[in-house]
Amino acid sequence: MSTAAATFVSRFGVWWTILRICIEERLVYRGDFALGTLMRFLPIITQTFLWTAVFVGAGGPAAIGGFTRDEFIAYYLLTYVARAFSSMPGLASSIAAQVRSGEIKKYLVQPIDLLTFLFLSRLAHKLVYYAVATAPFALVFYICRGYFHGWPDAPTLGAFVLSLMMSFLLGFFLEATLGMIGFWFLEVSSLLFVYMLFNFFFSGHMFPLTILSEPWRTIVLYQPLQYLAYFPAAVFLGKVQGPELVQGLLGQAAWTFAFIVAARTAMHFGLKRYSAFGG
Amino acid sequence: MQPNYFAVFREFARNSLVREMTFRGNFILDCISSLSWVFMQLGLYLVIFEHTNQLGDGTGWSRWPFFVFLATTLFVNSLVQFFFMTNMEELSDLIRTGNLDFALLKPIDTQFLLSMRKFEWSSLANLVFAAILLGVALTHLDFTPTPLQMLLYVFYVMCGVALLYSLMIGLGSISVWLGRNESLYDFWFYITNFSRYPMEIYSGPFGTPLRLAFTFAVPILLVANVPARLMAWPLASQDWRLAAYAAVASIVALVASRKVFYKALDAYRSASS
Repeated sequence: MSTAAATFVSRFGVWWTILRICIEERLVYRGDFALGTLMRFLPIITQTFLWTAVFVGAGGPAAIGGFTRDEFIAYYLLTYVARAFSSMPGLASSIAAQVRSGEIKKYLVQPIDLLTFLFLSRLAHKLVYYAVATAPFALVFYICRGYFHGWPDAPTLGAFVLSLMMSFLLGFFLEATLGMIGFWFLEVSSLLFVYMLFNFFFSGHMFPLTILSEPWRTIVLYQPLQYLAYFPAAVFLGKVQGPELVQGLLGQAAWTFAFIVAARTAMHFGLKRYSAFGG
Repeated sequence: MQPNYFAVFREFARNSLVREMTFRGNFILDCISSLSWVFMQLGLYLVIFEHTNQLGDGTGWSRWPFFVFLATTLFVNSLVQFFFMTNMEELSDLIRTGNLDFALLKPIDTQFLLSMRKFEWSSLANLVFAAILLGVALTHLDFTPTPLQMLLYVFYVMCGVALLYSLMIGLGSISVWLGRNESLYDFWFYITNFSRYPMEIYSGPFGTPLRLAFTFAVPILLVANVPARLMAWPLASQDWRLAAYAAVASIVALVASRKVFYKALDAYRSASS
């Protein structure tokens, strides 16, 4: 075996070990996890009633912002799927906390890259999450199947899956970049809170972004947060098609790439600034 | 000797204010963050009322009456947060660690002591915002509320606080039996989520049972709906039966939750040595 191949095999072995440990760690509280996931769908009930009332109050229009009433409910359910991929609870704050406490030293003295380690650990977290959350998700979607008009065609479904994968990457590197700010500022919790608010609003978790009036509508469809919830859901519902769909996926890829570079760059310069004391 | 409850209450308020003022920057950030959530809610409804004139058909919840409703929800919730939230969050910890012993030993009513030890002063930011929102909304209504309405409004906001508090202390009691109740706060959030909307939106074959359940079994729909209706609509179009029921329900809830709480305390076994 050549040295390059041997290096790769050993590196892959390390990745595999990290992934396996993280999965086992995550599986400890699976019961609580599944119940918590089911409870998280409860706001769907009030959203259904609220938007039904909005449509009735508006005199029963065919659609608001391009979404019918049923599609609104389907949209909310799909944003849950999208956020299951893109949300990274605690990622940025844990990076910042490790910088502050000096725990980050261990990545400097061991042959493990910080971002790779975090990425694998997050991947493990997500894999376990899907394994446990599939049942409650399937149950809720089965109950609400009336709000969907069947499955979309294969290309749309493919685009949906692709955008979900990218939303995972985008979510991870965006949060990681924010966490790296911890190299420059000691306390980032208030900054992260502001980000969380923006994320909630501009990712489209509260409502489909197209119901905003101009110029807001155009503006929000240029920012990266839309890819964390709005875009995948809109793709599934067939709201983005043809050249628009290709453009959207390319846009998402571009933002993802930009934040991969941003996270790497921030870590590079952050580590140069970083000084560790004590043992 | 009977303790002077008012003096203790004042001392609790003062202590918590002193504590919050020790970290003033943090206090201001807390105010800003709780206000931001409110602004987002307001943003959602501003967007919604761009697309419709009212919620539901003929319900009377058009833009400005609805903002009276929103302000009412904020009033009740920020008052609950101000007086009770921190204390209830700590209750399950006190039980788990056995520190509840110290509360039981003090010569003062235990429910009073555990419910009001710490005040969350930063939630008053939301209260101030609610007052402004209410003021603006009232000037846009097509009638002027009478002094009687104002008086009833204050009374029913207090009823709403009483209802939510009863639910809270009831849930808190459960943690005595369970020993630990971490999802208590989640459950609280999801249940009270139902109370944040006008009750008229819960209609249809699924909505009507839901509305009845949250009016009569767990009366959280009364919390904001009753005071908001009293203020947002003229006196002539009020449902007085609902208002009378809400007053009775609040008293019953307070009495019942106190009973449950003391029953739970009887079951408490200290965890410390």
